[in-house]
Amino acid sequence: MTTSTIKTDTSMNHSNNSAPNNHLPNNKPTFVQKLSELGSLRVVIGFLLISAFYVTFCNLVFAEGSFFHVSDYTVSLFGKYLCYALLALAVDLVWGYCGILSLGHGAFFALGGYAMGMYLMRQIGDRGVYGNPDLPDFMVFLNWTELPWYWAGSSSVFWMIAMVFIGPGLLAYIFGSLAFRSRVSGVYLSIMTQAVTYALMLAFFRNEMGFGGNNGLTDFKEILGFSLQEPSTKLGLFVATAIALAIGYMVSDFIVKSKMGRVVTAIRDAESRVRFVGFKPEHYKLWIYVVSAMLAGVAGALYVPQVGIINPGEFSPLNSIEMVVWVAIGGRGTLYGALIGAVVVSYAKTRFTAIMPEAWLFALGGLFVLVTLYLPKGIAGLLPNILNKKDSENEASDTDQSKESNNTSIEKSEASS
Amino acid sequence: MLRIFSAFICCLLAWQSIANGDVTLTKTSVSTSVSNDAELATLFKKLPVTKLSKMQLLIEQLSATKTPQVKQAFNYLLNGELYYIKANKQVVHAQINEDKKYALTDVLTNTPLDVVAKSKIRKIKTNNRLRGSLRSLLAQFDLTDPNKEIRIAAVKQLLDKPNQTGIDTITKLVKKEQDTDVRELMQVTLLVEQLLNGEHEEKLAAVKQLKTSLEPSVLNEMTNQLSKIAKSTSSTPLSVEDKALKVALEKAIADIDDRKGIFEFAENLFFGVSLGSVLLLAAIGLAITFGVMGVINMAHGEMMMLGAYTTYVIQQAFPQYIEYSLLMAIPAAFLVSGLVGVGIERGVIRHLKGRPLETLLATFGISLILQQLVRSIFSPLNRQVLTPEWMSGSWQINPIFSLTFNRLYIIIFSLMVFVALLMILKKTSLGLHVRAVSQNRDMARALSIKSDWVDAITFGLGSGIAGIAGVVLSQLTNVGPNLGQAYIIDSFLVVVFGGVGNLWGTLVAAMSLGAFNKFLEPVTGSVLANIIVLVGLVLFIQKKPKGLFPQKGRSAD
Amino acid sequence: MIVDKSGSPLLADENIKPDTRHGVILYVEDVSVSFDGFKALNDLNLYINDGELRCLIGANGAGKTTLMDVITGKTRPDTGKVSFGQQVDLLQLSEAEIARAGIGRKFQKPTVFEELTVFENIELSLAGDKGIWTALFHKLTGEQKDRIAEILTTIGLSKECYYPAGRLSHGQKQWLEIGMLLAAEPRVLLVDEPVAGMTGQETERTAELLTSLAGKHSVVVVEHDMAFVRSIAKQVTVLHQGSVLAEGTMSEIQSNKDVIQVYLGEEDGSDDYAKENEKSVSEKTELESKPQEQTV
Repeated sequence: MTTSTIKTDTSMNHSNNSAPNNHLPNNKPTFVQKLSELGSLRVVIGFLLISAFYVTFCNLVFAEGSFFHVSDYTVSLFGKYLCYALLALAVDLVWGYCGILSLGHGAFFALGGYAMGMYLMRQIGDRGVYGNPDLPDFMVFLNWTELPWYWAGSSSVFWMIAMVFIGPGLLAYIFGSLAFRSRVSGVYLSIMTQAVTYALMLAFFRNEMGFGGNNGLTDFKEILGFSLQEPSTKLGLFVATAIALAIGYMVSDFIVKSKMGRVVTAIRDAESRVRFVGFKPEHYKLWIYVVSAMLAGVAGALYVPQVGIINPGEFSPLNSIEMVVWVAIGGRGTLYGALIGAVVVSYAKTRFTAIMPEAWLFALGGLFVLVTLYLPKGIAGLLPNILNKKDSENEASDTDQSKESNNTSIEKSEASS
Repeated sequence: MLRIFSAFICCLLAWQSIANGDVTLTKTSVSTSVSNDAELATLFKKLPVTKLSKMQLLIEQLSATKTPQVKQAFNYLLNGELYYIKANKQVVHAQINEDKKYALTDVLTNTPLDVVAKSKIRKIKTNNRLRGSLRSLLAQFDLTDPNKEIRIAAVKQLLDKPNQTGIDTITKLVKKEQDTDVRELMQVTLLVEQLLNGEHEEKLAAVKQLKTSLEPSVLNEMTNQLSKIAKSTSSTPLSVEDKALKVALEKAIADIDDRKGIFEFAENLFFGVSLGSVLLLAAIGLAITFGVMGVINMAHGEMMMLGAYTTYVIQQAFPQYIEYSLLMAIPAAFLVSGLVGVGIERGVIRHLKGRPLETLLATFGISLILQQLVRSIFSPLNRQVLTPEWMSGSWQINPIFSLTFNRLYIIIFSLMVFVALLMILKKTSLGLHVRAVSQNRDMARALSIKSDWVDAITFGLGSGIAGIAGVVLSQLTNVGPNLGQAYIIDSFLVVVFGGVGNLWGTLVAAMSLGAFNKFLEPVTGSVLANIIVLVGLVLFIQKKPKGLFPQKGRSAD
Repeated sequence: MIVDKSGSPLLADENIKPDTRHGVILYVEDVSVSFDGFKALNDLNLYINDGELRCLIGANGAGKTTLMDVITGKTRPDTGKVSFGQQVDLLQLSEAEIARAGIGRKFQKPTVFEELTVFENIELSLAGDKGIWTALFHKLTGEQKDRIAEILTTIGLSKECYYPAGRLSHGQKQWLEIGMLLAAEPRVLLVDEPVAGMTGQETERTAELLTSLAGKHSVVVVEHDMAFVRSIAKQVTVLHQGSVLAEGTMSEIQSNKDVIQVYLGEEDGSDDYAKENEKSVSEKTELESKPQEQTV
């Protein structure tokens, strides 16, 4: 379907256009191109795989106490960070590129996590406290006699993998198709997404939901037959996460570099204009929202076996907002920025909460304010500045200004329409 | 809406005055019976030395004093726990302990005395006849108490657990009773008695009269009677009389159920409106900052929290003025939250004009900081905010329907705030400036309106109202650092549901959401009701993104 | 390809072929639009012939932009009928479907995709499948690249090809938007104030371009610049208070009594500029005020 039935004469009798000129000028690389070089696929994937290999190597080869030794705890921690990075990637895809500020991505993460949690729960078998081979402990505790219908198939690993994609994807599809078709956008959409994850949190807190209520799903024993207590399993999960992140990054990179990426960027900047070019923004938004939800679901699924628990707290609106901060700090609109943000902020959180827990919220809140005020492009926006000060200074300010004014007009018209 | 609301109140008033004739105000207060201690002491002294035959006179004299000590002593006497010390004839209450010794308490002063052996004391004797009159005197005691509450409580007790003496006493007292409420209750009690033990005709008459009563025990007894008749049918065929009674009973029960249904509806509506007015208070501040100014303030909930903590601080600072603490807290909370709001506007939001998503994030950051600040200063635990006495208690309209004062005041207060805000925006020059700036900043500036100043003040106003909402919330929920978070999503949904920029829409949205929630609650439970409302709202906003009352206008691109 | 509105096969977007056997490509009949009681369009009737170049003039609030909004699906009229050719009911189509059907629009305020480069702006506007999967796996063909280069030359932005569009000047954005319009190869072009912010020379070039497009395309131009209108227009339609006041050639219009009274008034050519200036200023403020029209 590439031919248009509406044919018009393509050659125009125009004074400036007597001879068709198909040589596009070769300009020196611009600010935008430099950015993409820095975050080029090879660099990021290479860095990711090398560091994953380094961690694995140091964990296995060097003995405990050695300077180069990476402890099992650290491996788990890094595994967690990589899950966060994948999640940040998902948030960046919809927010950074498509302008949908989702304050409910935690819901997709948690749904993916619950899909995995259900599988892990069934793997416990009769080793639970009540020793019931079919029912998870909490169901026995609630005097349930059989599995609810939605737990059917949860013992199969293939079903689990399918659900990791279907669960978050379906929620995103239902919510997105409703919201985008009725053109709910901007802040309204953000509030809506937050309400959805809040409602889900309340729902999952109920015991009757059949997902373990308050306590969630925990006490996992093994995954695919490997004990979750074994350091080697933890290392395996870490490597699996790194690979998943690499694949996720490649998929995202493919999307944003395709024409699709340009369409969604256009939607972010001037949604109504995109319609008049002939695209249906709601379809594009929905598609990228669903893809992003699935990525978040995968992140959640990989996260659960590494931390050993999934509970309704993962749905809390604060979690979702924290994800947005990763992306804001790392630099939205650049994929590698999201990775940097997730890892840096999570690392800071680990350190802060260890040293002085009460200061963490101050720091997090302060980061929100400072980044939005002074660092709208995040860390990723800083790097090129440092690399090429002179060039970027005038250019960045230029684009910033124009973008700002443009955003203003769009938001205004959205508010009124 | 106001009109609807007042009409609703009028209806209720009319209804209950038909039902009960008068309004009963319930308040806890201490019984204040006057007594002559000296006289009491002499009468008590006589107890050990009076013969059984003369006892009747003595207890009548004692009961005439109407003191709590006498009531207590009568109860002891009935239970066989009233003794006197052989040595000095002091009347005491004796209770046996594990060592088979007796712990003594002075009946007159209620002061504990020694623990003594059985031999030191002697029981004050009674007989059956005396016990009978003691019981009826005891019943009379409360039934003739000058305090209306105690009389009502006594009759109610009889209604629930009737006994012959009590019924006899009431039969005697009912004619003398001055208070209509008490008299009616007494009549109901007698009718129930008649229903239980009367002849057939009496039973029928009782049922006819009782069907206007909403006392739970009336319905109870009627159902009991009905099931008794039903049971007897299984063995013997129903007599004509029983049949008539059965029909009458069924009709009366249906009548009562109908009326109960109405009051249950009214009660749900009241709870709904009261929840709605809390939502309204929480949301109208937001309706100003978000609706009128177009600024997203995620720290709005924390403004409420600050208001609640202001109430706490004021109660701590002036512990002697708890009664007035709320009145002091309202302006104080307005100032505290308002000033913080102005600070936020000046410091952060001003720099993010026209970037709503960034504003959202930055203000969320501020909300985290404020939460942590409060946590650091006041500890993460919930703080106790006291309720002044005038806020407690309830307005008992009939046996199954009462309005609690705190909810009632909150409804009235939130409507007052709403009207005040409407006035400020409509009638004052500040309101004019606010509307001018929100509609056309450049033009307003050209007319020498200081738009920056107006922004800050407007934001301060919205935040200040959130502070006031916090004062109200401190009376309803726990005051803790997370107080605001629970309300922020609801508040935003209320504003969006009502239609952004439309205060009346906010009012309607808040009230209808409140009512919807409370009507769902009995069916689904509160958590599920909450979820259903949230999901319903999300779906509604997908259908009508501009809310119930959208602002129309020619949109420019 | 996801098609929202099934039912009539005419509505499957790729198959829309306007029926222009009567020589009319755009029918606007008895259209009324009101905003809160204000009648922006009042029983308006307008017929655009296939291949014609039509100018719309009228004072502020005459309904020119609202008319364009109605045709492109941005605003739904309260009553009336709008059709593309004889049989394609535009009121049944979404904005995107109307655009795909072959009605292109240039906005009053140039709106381009600021973060994308000039090249990408044109690329997105190219005629062709606008579906998701195509977008995901699409590679530009040599033919398409040539076409883009050609358009860039036409609009004089070849040098700025890899600049983010946000960095262009106002006039350049105007050109870029015209380029985007060309790339879409529409049957009907709706052009709202194309020469605002352009130099005299650029205005001339625009006039040339628009004239050259007429014939193969139908062009509807809204413009305040009378000199510009005079230079391009064969047919002029004057809108007043939401309906058509007069229609005819420029000279006919200029001698029309009604028009002189309500629009040109007693002005002569020299006042033109001042009046335009004033108009554009007031229009600007009007524009900015609208988004926040909120009453309490």
